[in-house]
Amino acid sequence: MSTAGTNKTILVVDDDVDFVEQQEIQLKHAGYHVVTANSVAEAEEVLLTVQPDLALIDLMMEHVDGGFVLAYRIKRRYPNTPVIMATSVASETGMEFEAKTDDEKSWIKADLLLAKPIRFEQLKRELDRLLGD
Amino acid sequence: MMEEVIRVLGVDDEEGMRLGVQRVLQGFVLNLPDLDTTLRFEVTSAADGESAIACLGSATFDIMLLDHKMPGLSGLDVMAWLQERREQQSAEQGEGAKDFEPLTIMVTAYASLDTAVEAMKRGAFDFLAKPFTPAEIRSVVRKAATHLMVQRQARKLAEEKRRLRFEFISVLAHELKAPLNSIEGYLEIVRSKSAGDDQATYDRMIERCITRLQSMRKLIMDLLDSTRVESGTKPREMTQINLLEVAKTALETVQPEATARGITLRLPTETPVMIRADAAEIDIIFNNLISNAVKYNRDGGEVEVALYERDDKIEIAVRDTGIGLSPDEAAKLFKDFVRIKNRMTKGILGTGLGLATVKKVAQLYHGDVQVESQPEVGSVFRVTLAKEEVKP
Repeated sequence: MSTAGTNKTILVVDDDVDFVEQQEIQLKHAGYHVVTANSVAEAEEVLLTVQPDLALIDLMMEHVDGGFVLAYRIKRRYPNTPVIMATSVASETGMEFEAKTDDEKSWIKADLLLAKPIRFEQLKRELDRLLGD
Repeated sequence: MMEEVIRVLGVDDEEGMRLGVQRVLQGFVLNLPDLDTTLRFEVTSAADGESAIACLGSATFDIMLLDHKMPGLSGLDVMAWLQERREQQSAEQGEGAKDFEPLTIMVTAYASLDTAVEAMKRGAFDFLAKPFTPAEIRSVVRKAATHLMVQRQARKLAEEKRRLRFEFISVLAHELKAPLNSIEGYLEIVRSKSAGDDQATYDRMIERCITRLQSMRKLIMDLLDSTRVESGTKPREMTQINLLEVAKTALETVQPEATARGITLRLPTETPVMIRADAAEIDIIFNNLISNAVKYNRDGGEVEVALYERDDKIEIAVRDTGIGLSPDEAAKLFKDFVRIKNRMTKGILGTGLGLATVKKVAQLYHGDVQVESQPEVGSVFRVTLAKEEVKP
């Protein structure tokens, strides 16, 4: 993995500490600045002082829809920060979400939904696209 | 008290009979206190077998009072039609086709045993001999309605059980998948070396993998404990057990972790406390409560185990100086897979099955488990057990 030399800040939020650690390790190695949180409440605290260039957040935290709530709050505070929502919901419950149509985008405040497990090459591609690199 | 309406179809070629049935059942209120239900009756009438079949084809009825001797199609002919429809539907939809069929009470003027036997063979629930009194109608309808409600209750319970089982398996699948995802994630990083060249980073990831694997094994062990206790398939070996010794062994098991975190373990008694019980079940209680007391404690904290004997009961109390619980958290603590997620429990691994299993074991001994807790001060878990052997 080459170092991209970007100094963009990525906020990673998940109640699974290993998921956060894995993304942090790889994002840092790819040259991003990374801030992390393990809950919606923690993330909201971080958002008071940090304006991330992009947020990668889990859907199911504390409550089943914790990720939706957080995405909404990020967008309200920083409307231009892209939000990627990571979810393993589809494969476990059969529920599926997509943020493609305007109607879906109107209530899912995420720019992209990625199914877990996330491959880093895929994440990197989406980061490049959403951050306009 | 729930109120339900039972739909009755009265089939008779004599108008007087139809009106009689209608009059008797229209105002009839049946209380079933055991099922917490009150039943009222709504009667539809049909004057011959042909119109009975038309009614049965277009609406659902709970009970049918069916006259046998009618011009045109007889009562038995109507039953034959029902039987044919039932066979056809169960061929198409499998079990459950019978749900849409009324319980049939055969009404016959001759009280001939032959007709009654034939009707029963074709699936009639009961029969009623003409002439009958209003009390007789009410009695036979009461019997049919009660049977119907008991049947529905049983079906509801079976469905609830299926739903709970499905829920349990869904959550279990999630709990088993979480460590796999995590381990796979680390291994992917190791394989692609996408964490750079620092060996220490990779060592840390491998440690995490091992920790997650251990917790997965723990989940499987807890799951086996839980299902064994619940299903009652494992034969219980009841022997005299000294709880003092069990407590000492359980404390020894957690001693290394406690020492590492400066936690003091205390068992301030040397008095044996005897109970007739299954050793594996008693181990589940002590191991879960004591390992929780260490796991959710603060560094430098304290764990104290106490045993009390009062009358016909024994109490096991495990006190910690840990993170404690809010009343909301305490309320849901003893359910399967419930783990309290907050800032304090972050990074603590657990299966969410331990306390639920402790509760199931306590119930086998006509006992219970309770918690008193204060956030950030500590908790006391108290298990009570009946001293005498209780047959499950």
